[in-house]
Amino acid sequence: MADYSSHIAGGSAASLIDLTTALEERFGNRVAQVTEDGGIVLALAPSEPATLPELCRFLFWDYGCLFGGITAEEQPSRWQVHYAFLLPASGWIDVTISLPLETTALPSLVGDVHAADWHEREIEDLFGIHFENHPRLGDFVLHDQIWREGIDPMRKRFAADHPQLERKVDLEWQPLLVVGDPGSFAMPVGPVYEGGIGESLHFLLETVGEDVIRAVPRLFYKYRAVEKIAEGKSVLDALLLAERFAATSAFAHSLAFCQAAERIAGIKVPPRAQALRVLLAELERLRHHAGAIAAICESTALAVSAAQAAMIEEKLLRATCAFTDHRYLFGLNTPGGLCRDFEPEKCKALLLAVDNADGDLQVLENRLRYSSSFLDRLEEVGVVNGESARDLNLVGPIGRASAQQCDLRRACPYSGYEQYAFEVPCETEGDGYARLRVLFAEAVQSKKLIHRVVEKLEQGPVRVACDVQRPGAAMGWVEAPRGAALHWLRVNEKGVVERYRAITPSFNNWLGFHMAAENFAFQDFPIILATFGLSATECDR
Amino acid sequence: MSFWFWHGLRKGIQSTRYPLGIEDSPGVSPGRPVNTDFSTVEEAQRAADICPTGAIVAHDRSTYVNHGKCVHCQRCLHSLQSPMNWKAGYEWARLPANQTESLPLPSPFAKSMHIMVVDAGDCGACLHEVKQLNNPLYNMHRLGFFFTPTPRSADLLLVVGPVSENMRGPLLKTWEAMPTSRKLMAVGSCAISGGVFGKSFMCAGGVGQVLDVDFEVPGNPPPPLAILHGLLVVAGRKSLKSPEPILKGRS
Repeated sequence: MADYSSHIAGGSAASLIDLTTALEERFGNRVAQVTEDGGIVLALAPSEPATLPELCRFLFWDYGCLFGGITAEEQPSRWQVHYAFLLPASGWIDVTISLPLETTALPSLVGDVHAADWHEREIEDLFGIHFENHPRLGDFVLHDQIWREGIDPMRKRFAADHPQLERKVDLEWQPLLVVGDPGSFAMPVGPVYEGGIGESLHFLLETVGEDVIRAVPRLFYKYRAVEKIAEGKSVLDALLLAERFAATSAFAHSLAFCQAAERIAGIKVPPRAQALRVLLAELERLRHHAGAIAAICESTALAVSAAQAAMIEEKLLRATCAFTDHRYLFGLNTPGGLCRDFEPEKCKALLLAVDNADGDLQVLENRLRYSSSFLDRLEEVGVVNGESARDLNLVGPIGRASAQQCDLRRACPYSGYEQYAFEVPCETEGDGYARLRVLFAEAVQSKKLIHRVVEKLEQGPVRVACDVQRPGAAMGWVEAPRGAALHWLRVNEKGVVERYRAITPSFNNWLGFHMAAENFAFQDFPIILATFGLSATECDR
Repeated sequence: MSFWFWHGLRKGIQSTRYPLGIEDSPGVSPGRPVNTDFSTVEEAQRAADICPTGAIVAHDRSTYVNHGKCVHCQRCLHSLQSPMNWKAGYEWARLPANQTESLPLPSPFAKSMHIMVVDAGDCGACLHEVKQLNNPLYNMHRLGFFFTPTPRSADLLLVVGPVSENMRGPLLKTWEAMPTSRKLMAVGSCAISGGVFGKSFMCAGGVGQVLDVDFEVPGNPPPPLAILHGLLVVAGRKSLKSPEPILKGRS
């Protein structure tokens, strides 16, 4: 974790020192503390995993840290498990515990930090580490009707090119149901549904007729084991995976990956590349939000507005392609900067297209605001209150519609975001309409940011040599269009990836989806789904 | 609510002229690398070496591109002293490598073609481009193409993604549920060759590993017009040999 103390606005670095003191008082010498370039690493003694839940509860609830995610790593002789927390406006806290490889169980955080739920399920499924007191393990990434237990594909002993396992689909397998009232039944939706142009995922709607009591998403149909197949690849080849596992936020993810690689190599990206990265990231956000708005309009069957929003999105895709030669911003980021520069005339053309899109979006927003039948479908639908959003650590526009202000561009600036003034729109209602308003408001901010970047754009190189040839581990973070994304990377001395972990906003937020999908009328389901705007591919990886 | 109707009308016709004319708005296609003649053997070899998926093969001073493997990383354009030639265009549909001929849908079905889309582990780009065909700028309804939610009434199965292990079953079930005279089109480099995901314990490495593919649309992702071209080929309204529209190419 190199050099982010310099990004932090004056004085706030002190709060990490306060935190260190507070931890010392509370946990005494049981917690060894290492301060590394502005972030802190808390290395827990292997003999005391029992401290873990208490420590994490202290960070998350008492100190108001945000939960980043859990990364498990198998090293030749030990497990290393990292718990990432963010102290807003200060820096990252990496709670690390090393355990002998024979360890088979860790205490679960779920009772203290609910947001850790799916992280622990994933680790249990892929590494075989059991989490004590976790209420529901098994059947997560590897679907139980296909995969037997104990494969643990993320272990080093399992080869990624392992021949595909002989499939014996268990026809007797049944998903876990909760609602047991007489007359209730579970309606399966997916994985192939919505005319086929929805992503592959499955929902079990537990219903007693018109009303759906709960809706449980079942994901990982699209799991391509990106983290596994990245191992053993060079950084440049792994970058292709980071960029392509979720194409609608490709630039954000490749940026986080490149930042991690740059931290390991210990290089600084030239200012022009940093500024252009901000520009491209905001262009992606604007396009993503236009697409999300189109999906919401479509879910309410307001055909004209859906068509108009879809045209805005397609025009932004075309403008992106005219600017960067790719409609989804592939092939631009590279460790050390950007692969190419952009001429001033191209920037001008882009600004014009962005202004047009912004104008069209504002017109659309005004019309939607006066369409009562449209608002009726969104207001008080799919409500997630602020408390639940905090509890489940919801990120991105969904979190911000439920009063969770965290935005990594502000809370822990990267790529020079601290130089630009922008607002972080926030709503408190937590319903579908609040989420739509946040999307519209963020699109306006993205447009303003793009203008500010072009105004301030300095001349200079857009790339420095970045040959990752030394061993190390680092994390890169971005505020992707759907929320906070963390990419954690460890490379060896040859520059080969040993462990790559992508913690994505969709993975975080799918966990909270069931809060919004409780006791609702069946016809509201597509609307709740669209206002969440989550991606299965970003979650599944 | 009548104002929506009015605003919709006021926008006028926005749809592309393709396939009757040529669509040349900037940004409709990212273009792609094409076979290139270099001045030295080394330059050709460097272009082949920089390709991360082995889509470029060097032979003497020339390079040949297998578009089914190209993941559009642009390294052969931006990271070489003497870059590959790139060409704009979008009429990219082709036959799979193991097929010498694929017949289009029989004409009674081709006039109103119903398309079933299965996402078999796609990164979201190809699926998104397929979705764009429904927006007014492409408006595939005018050509008699429709997405259908049920395999029972589908004529064409359009598959995106490299076929993840957890989607293999649903994909096969969808195919089996379709009436015969069905066609299968693989869209995107991942569906053709596995793309960056390749073949692993979780990825079949392309639809061709699981089912017999009739037509392919290469690209990462192929732009909506390329997919539209593929649909027209399946319907027998475009031939595979139709020349690419000549647009302003990049050197």
